[in-house]
Amino acid sequence: MQFFRPSSLREALEIRAAHPEAVPIAGGTDLMVEVNFGRRRPEAFLDISRLPELREIRREGPNVRLGSGVPYARVIRELPDQVALAQASRTVGSPQIRTRGTVGGNLGTGSPAGDALPVLAAYDARVVLRSSTATRTLAWRDFLVGPKRTALAPDELIVATEWERAVGPGSFSKVGTRNAMVIAIAGLCLQLDEAARGVRVALGSVGPTILRAPEAETFAAGILDEVGAWSDRGARVPEEAIARFGELVSAAARPIDDVRGTGAYRRHACAVLATRALTWALDDRRAAAMEAAS
Amino acid sequence: MPVVERAGTVTRGAVVGVSAPRVDGTPKALGEFAYASDLWVEGMLFGATVRSPHPSARIRHVDVSAALALPGVRRAMTAADLPASRRYGLDFPDQPVLAEDVVRYAGEPVAIVAADSAEQARAAAAAIRVDYEVLPAVTDMEAALRADAPQVSEHGNVLRHLRIEHGDPGAEADVWVEGYYEIGMQDQAPLGPEAGLAIPAPDGGVDLYVSTQWLHSDQKQVAPCLGLPESKVRLHLAGVGGAFGAREDVHMHIHACLLAIATGRPVKMTYGREESFFGHVHRHPARIWARTGARRDGTLVNSRVRLLLDGGAYSSSSQAVILNASTFAVGPYEMPNALIEGTCVYTNNPPAGAMRGFGAVQACVAHEAQMDRLAAALGIDPVELRRRNLLHTGSVLPTGQVIEGSAPAREVLDRCAALPMPADLPPAFRDRVTLPGGAGNVGRGERVRRGVGYAMGYKNIAYSEGFDDSCEAKVRLERGPKGVVATVHTAAVEVGQGLQTVLAQIVRTELGVDEVVQQRADTQVGSAGSTSASRQTVMAGGAVAAACSRVREHLFARAAARSGAPLRGPLRLEDGRVFAGERSIGVVDDLLDTPLEATEVYRHRRTTRLDGHGQGEPHVMFAFGAMRAVVEVDLDLGLVRVVQLGGVQDVGKALNPRGVEGQIEGGAAQGLGLALLEEIQLRDGKIANASFTDYLLPTILDMPPVVSAVVEEPEPGSPYGAKGVGEGATIVATAAVAAALRNATGRELNRVPVAPDDLVGISGPRTSAGPAPIPDVPGPRPVFEYR
Repeated sequence: MQFFRPSSLREALEIRAAHPEAVPIAGGTDLMVEVNFGRRRPEAFLDISRLPELREIRREGPNVRLGSGVPYARVIRELPDQVALAQASRTVGSPQIRTRGTVGGNLGTGSPAGDALPVLAAYDARVVLRSSTATRTLAWRDFLVGPKRTALAPDELIVATEWERAVGPGSFSKVGTRNAMVIAIAGLCLQLDEAARGVRVALGSVGPTILRAPEAETFAAGILDEVGAWSDRGARVPEEAIARFGELVSAAARPIDDVRGTGAYRRHACAVLATRALTWALDDRRAAAMEAAS
Repeated sequence: MPVVERAGTVTRGAVVGVSAPRVDGTPKALGEFAYASDLWVEGMLFGATVRSPHPSARIRHVDVSAALALPGVRRAMTAADLPASRRYGLDFPDQPVLAEDVVRYAGEPVAIVAADSAEQARAAAAAIRVDYEVLPAVTDMEAALRADAPQVSEHGNVLRHLRIEHGDPGAEADVWVEGYYEIGMQDQAPLGPEAGLAIPAPDGGVDLYVSTQWLHSDQKQVAPCLGLPESKVRLHLAGVGGAFGAREDVHMHIHACLLAIATGRPVKMTYGREESFFGHVHRHPARIWARTGARRDGTLVNSRVRLLLDGGAYSSSSQAVILNASTFAVGPYEMPNALIEGTCVYTNNPPAGAMRGFGAVQACVAHEAQMDRLAAALGIDPVELRRRNLLHTGSVLPTGQVIEGSAPAREVLDRCAALPMPADLPPAFRDRVTLPGGAGNVGRGERVRRGVGYAMGYKNIAYSEGFDDSCEAKVRLERGPKGVVATVHTAAVEVGQGLQTVLAQIVRTELGVDEVVQQRADTQVGSAGSTSASRQTVMAGGAVAAACSRVREHLFARAAARSGAPLRGPLRLEDGRVFAGERSIGVVDDLLDTPLEATEVYRHRRTTRLDGHGQGEPHVMFAFGAMRAVVEVDLDLGLVRVVQLGGVQDVGKALNPRGVEGQIEGGAAQGLGLALLEEIQLRDGKIANASFTDYLLPTILDMPPVVSAVVEEPEPGSPYGAKGVGEGATIVATAAVAAALRNATGRELNRVPVAPDDLVGISGPRTSAGPAPIPDVPGPRPVFEYR
């Protein structure tokens, strides 16, 4: 078995072009499980964990660019204002895994259970891919094309993900039967976009890939509009409307039964998480409004 | 790491009754402890196992040629290559060393290989072609009892049936409650997987270094399969990384020995995490139908319990497990009338066998739910209802056995009810990781409801039904370079529970020495019996205490003989001297110009088999436990946070109080696991979650603080009055958590593990068309003799 350990991105991309059989490895959270269980025996590994270019967090105005090799522990520490992403990062594995595991790994595996992915979907994030000859940027939904399937070409590496920071409350929640170190039965990210007067909701682990809930989003944005909440953060949204939002989110799920949970429970959990997330978002902006007023 | 290590573990320190630091604690904490999977010797080969993917199939043909053609492959073996006995088993040899014509469970070994590297061995195993004809499988325990069910075993599908009639099973009661309960298949999940190293010896025999709970039982099962006398099959204990019953059965022992003898090379086998789930037995899944009757004042009158256990494809220790589940079926209460019918069946599911609690866990889930139902029906407080009916010394059990030893059940329950309740903030004001859902950030404290539940249980210590599970110990007292040294040799296995620490405490107490050397457990000394059934502190402790006592007699005799003068007063050891009354008659060091040595065997009191009506005196002694669980449930999501477990255990005498506390905490964690998380999920007989990704063990965010206490009422005839402590908390924790969840949600919750679906009502209580039929088996005796 060959093990490549480049020290720069350029070198890594050259190796990638010459040895497309070499499997990129950063934190190894998913890959090493496959290897240890004998399900995968790569001919070669390409260690991208030391590439400085992938370990950067850059912010320019409202734009955030997160290097694919930044581990979750750093996301929690260094991006606390990206509340939903930091919350999702906290739900990943154990402290050891959060120290090694990366958002790039979540993208590379492309599992619908990747904890950071619903957040990237709700952020309308883009994925930056590079080969030795070209760079391309794909919207998250064009990158995550199916269950554990991505648009990554054999000569490319995931170098970063980037998004425009939405102004407004957001959160991520994950349901699992165990209180920590658990693969999601259902995950939900809700992000309010005050500027665009939009509500974005994305779901994980309840379909073949990450799902958005467009009908629910339109409904929620409309209700906030109806009650005047976009301009008056103190305005109340009727409980029935929040419940209806939950139902619509739940209807967007396409869950199955598996060893981790039943489809019926997943659908139920989506409704609960959605109503809670919207309630918290409204509560938080109301609290902020009251604080601003006092 | 070489196989042959230093002679033994040297310790200094505490005596009996004082909390002692674990002798293996520091090396384990530092990662320096050598587990069986760390074994290594120059020139060793690596073994691998080919397992059946089908729960029931005929083997048409096995082709090893492709495997033998691979680089580094030294040997492949199938059933056709077996030299002698082809079957083994704990109680009865019904399990094939390698499957012959049929496979009876998914995971059953079919072929083995040895190669120069572990990687090559795995590749060779994958290259072995097995041609199967898939047969219909019996994967449901009730289906196994149908007349038209395929026969799993040559002996039929009934592994054992027991009928216990007590008093007048037709006795009338004022109030009856009825319930049906299901218990899922729990795994012991020891962190150290099955591992060992077989080294062929010049005498044609073999030395096997292995992770186990009982060396001599292994030896008895391994030797006939190798065609060797027991004297040529020498077993040595390798570091055990947890057992919980999973190391009672033979795992890689015979396979590695066969390959070692066939190749003339040492052979190591270590199962990976996935294979480990197929490499050991699991806790019996159970279905229990119970009807309990009482007078209006809460006095229990009658109980009718039918139990069905899924024994899987082979017998393992199922006969003893169904005995336990049946004899403890009505709980630790005086029940003047009862009819208990217990059946364990063969199915094409993975074999079930020993696991911490051993039948009493399943029984407790049912009898404690029945007590809560009865309390509700009578309008009596659940703790008070239990208190009014608890067993005590002199009580008569459903088998007719009278409790002769200590039985402080009342004090155990009262102490449990009096344990301090958790003091913490309301959910909305707390760190959110302490809410149901933990690190998942699913709530801010909304819809969180608290529940409290109690469970009381009891269990036998040591083996039952006439079994003479004795223990031998050898103790030598001699001069060492830095003073007097006592050396202990037993075959008693340390599985991580703290036995070595306790044995060292006993030696210090009995012989007044500080330095104790414990030799590695092996088959060069007599059997110690199994490190299971909460028995080893009593049995090995009893044997070591007896051997020490004999050494002391020799020492006194030598002192008396040399002192010349007539001795007055009792002889005793103090400060390295022998005293007669108040007079020193000799210095121990001087007296040990030649070493003193003694070998003693400790036996527990005799027990008997049950007769045709389930009457007899099957158990040696009993230990009682109580637990209170405080839980919080997110009523919308069905997620749980156990806030506190409060356990009280009847221990006779706590020889190492800190060790007892550890057993209560560990046992509580394992019981919590079965209540909420831990289940091997079977799909048509195949394990669907053979990994720690999907077989969920409690994490630190699932396991609450445990408050505990012990009740010390000495057991007559037991060393220091001690009882075993390994299982008590496990037995009651599952039932207590289930009770607390019922209290929080108001739902019936008649199946463990309790799923989020159950807690939010997506799935209702499990239903049954009625009690499983009583099998038509010849006679009331066990189908096989329980050795």
